[in-house]
Amino acid sequence: MTQVITIHPVTRIEGNARIDIQLDAAGEVCDARVGISSLRGFEQFVVGLPAEEIPRIVTRICGICPWMHHLAAAKAVDACFGASLPPAGHLLRELCQVLAHIHDKILHFFFLSAPDFLIERDADYSVRNIMGLVQQQPELAARVVRMRQLGQVMLERLAGKAIHPVAAVAGGFARPLGKSERESLYLDGQQLLDFACFALEFAKKEVFPQFLEVFAPIGAITTGFLGTVDQYGHLRLYDGTLRLMHPDGRVEEFAASAYEQVLAEEVVTWSTAKVVYAGSWGEGLSLDPVSPKGVYRVNTLARINVCDQIAMPRAQVELEEFRSRFGRPAQHSLLYHWARLIELVYACERVLELLGDERIVDPVVRAPVTPQAGRGVGHVEAPRGTLIHDYTTDENGCIIRANLIVGTTHNIAPMNVSVRRTAASCIQAGRVDDEILNRIEMAVRAYDP
Amino acid sequence: MKGRRRPRLSFVWLQACSGCEISLLNSGERLPDLLNKVEIVYFPLLMDRKCGGEGEFDLPEADVGFVSGSVSSDEHLTLLYALRRRCRTLVSFGTCATHGGIPALRNRWSAEATLETVFPGTPGQPALPAEVPALLDRVYSVDEKVRVDFCLPGCPPHPEAIAAVIETLVTGERPRLPGKSVCETCPTIRTGEMHRTVRRFLNNAEYNSEEPVERMRCLLEQGLLCMGPVTVGGCGGPATPLCVQARVPCRGCYGPVRSEGNQLLDMLNVLASHGVDHRSIVDRQSLLRFSGAHGLLRSVRKTEGVVLMSEKGNKKPS
Repeated sequence: MTQVITIHPVTRIEGNARIDIQLDAAGEVCDARVGISSLRGFEQFVVGLPAEEIPRIVTRICGICPWMHHLAAAKAVDACFGASLPPAGHLLRELCQVLAHIHDKILHFFFLSAPDFLIERDADYSVRNIMGLVQQQPELAARVVRMRQLGQVMLERLAGKAIHPVAAVAGGFARPLGKSERESLYLDGQQLLDFACFALEFAKKEVFPQFLEVFAPIGAITTGFLGTVDQYGHLRLYDGTLRLMHPDGRVEEFAASAYEQVLAEEVVTWSTAKVVYAGSWGEGLSLDPVSPKGVYRVNTLARINVCDQIAMPRAQVELEEFRSRFGRPAQHSLLYHWARLIELVYACERVLELLGDERIVDPVVRAPVTPQAGRGVGHVEAPRGTLIHDYTTDENGCIIRANLIVGTTHNIAPMNVSVRRTAASCIQAGRVDDEILNRIEMAVRAYDP
Repeated sequence: MKGRRRPRLSFVWLQACSGCEISLLNSGERLPDLLNKVEIVYFPLLMDRKCGGEGEFDLPEADVGFVSGSVSSDEHLTLLYALRRRCRTLVSFGTCATHGGIPALRNRWSAEATLETVFPGTPGQPALPAEVPALLDRVYSVDEKVRVDFCLPGCPPHPEAIAAVIETLVTGERPRLPGKSVCETCPTIRTGEMHRTVRRFLNNAEYNSEEPVERMRCLLEQGLLCMGPVTVGGCGGPATPLCVQARVPCRGCYGPVRSEGNQLLDMLNVLASHGVDHRSIVDRQSLLRFSGAHGLLRSVRKTEGVVLMSEKGNKKPS
């Protein structure tokens, strides 16, 4: 007799997911699946729409990272229309993007994941959450809430709407940044950087030492990694070249527009999100828990693994420490959290660097665009991983074809492998309890799907 | 609140993006206070209560249920019925729930056409995932499927509006929402002179970037399609509408001014009454971009859809 254990919904993640774990007659795990069930059909319903409207429609793919879809789409439409942006257009877009990363990382680490680490492990589910954290550590919680809010308020000052933004437009940005606005943003950015450094120190003291031992079996898998770097191999979030690292450390680089030559997609029966794998490795796709094939990961750990360096002083120091402890590529899934906080420091430093660039206050922020037939691929590094928007337009500049690969999609395959392995190591003889089930969810949560 | 049970709140999302929930978290310093006043019993983004896998969903009893997202699959429908049974007061939370929102753009196409595009297999036989919830024929707003006690539109609703609604509802009273249009809350300068046509947003509006938004000329008067006249206000709270702050025209994300209004017809009326040639709009159906539920957006055949939108934008909406 077999038995299926279902976790539905997977909680403290951004979207809709469920886990089904199959046990054999002896109560041992014989299969496990993470399914994402939320088919909206953006690829269909953007067809026919004027392309310049797309950046403000596809934001609704995700209310946590709408900026990423907004910007990937804007870049793709720029390419369809052959637009060449003034420097301020790119700088303002990137400033918004890194600010959006900041809010997202604080949200994920403190609101969604920290309860697993900061609240005693046998605590009831009703307090293992941000509400419980507010009760138990009110000062920390208040600071976290304030800092995430600050990032969002800065976005509002720059761009009006922080959730489901509208300010990135085909050809650039909709409004310039004033000099006095820049100064106040700079001061706020310094506060964010202080907080980011505090958060990483705090986690290195209070969180990581404990979890590395206790949770060692969770999600230990060996895969490749995908992220974005500049021409010097430095970490980039806004633009650059895609770098795919094989599990053995070999890398290949490619432009986002060539994604179809490297990445392959496959439909699986249990998820509306397609599974993406490294087609260029020529080994196909296998979710075998011991030796998966074609599987690579994206998101923070992947980016930290594929980059050679980070061009920001504090984040670079952190990267060096991380690498000296865990090697390259680091494979332990829970290190996503550590990598996330290094990226938080990077994003805050980058905010200050962007605001320090004189060109960012140039009043020329947009080049007028002319609708035309074309194809454009836009990509950014979203908090959840490499995000690719691919559009084709007709001669009126209306969409005739769209293909989207969102961050979480790349991680479907490795999440499945992680969950299978975690379940197999935690469940013996059919015995499960809430703590075990939560550990299995933690394997998913690390990927921040 | 000593001695009295804290009001229990349940948050359920259907075809949603979590923007409404994030907007709630954006109530900032007010948030810890707000969380202390209520007991949250179900909220998948923030807490670990499970509702079960198959058949009936096991949701806890709540005084107030907030449902975000539109109703797009059979699983959404089952979850929504379970929520309705389990809460005294049900709030449609956000424009997807009140009017279909962006997901209802799917209603321009048949469910089959959508599946064929997203999962292309051999022609007529898409490579569908078999074990996932089935799509409904179209995307519905929440009130099309169950009785709703209160509608809080917005994409997303303003954090202060959410906080105010929660605070009012937990006292057992009925909150009030502003019934003004976006235009009525917009400070830009109107002269009464309109362009005869509307243009696509391919270059920025005209304004002096040194001056505040109050010195900018109305975007609709500048010839940009701005849905301000037919969209309910509130997106900026007490401040300027958010898109206008970014110097970008409104696209109607709060839904119609009167909840049963039709943003497409209302906007065509506005344009006609100002002598603006509505044929200059490239894609008239997308005036219903945020309010395509309630049967307003209907599907066309796949090939016709493309023709209708990109080449014959003047064709009557079907």
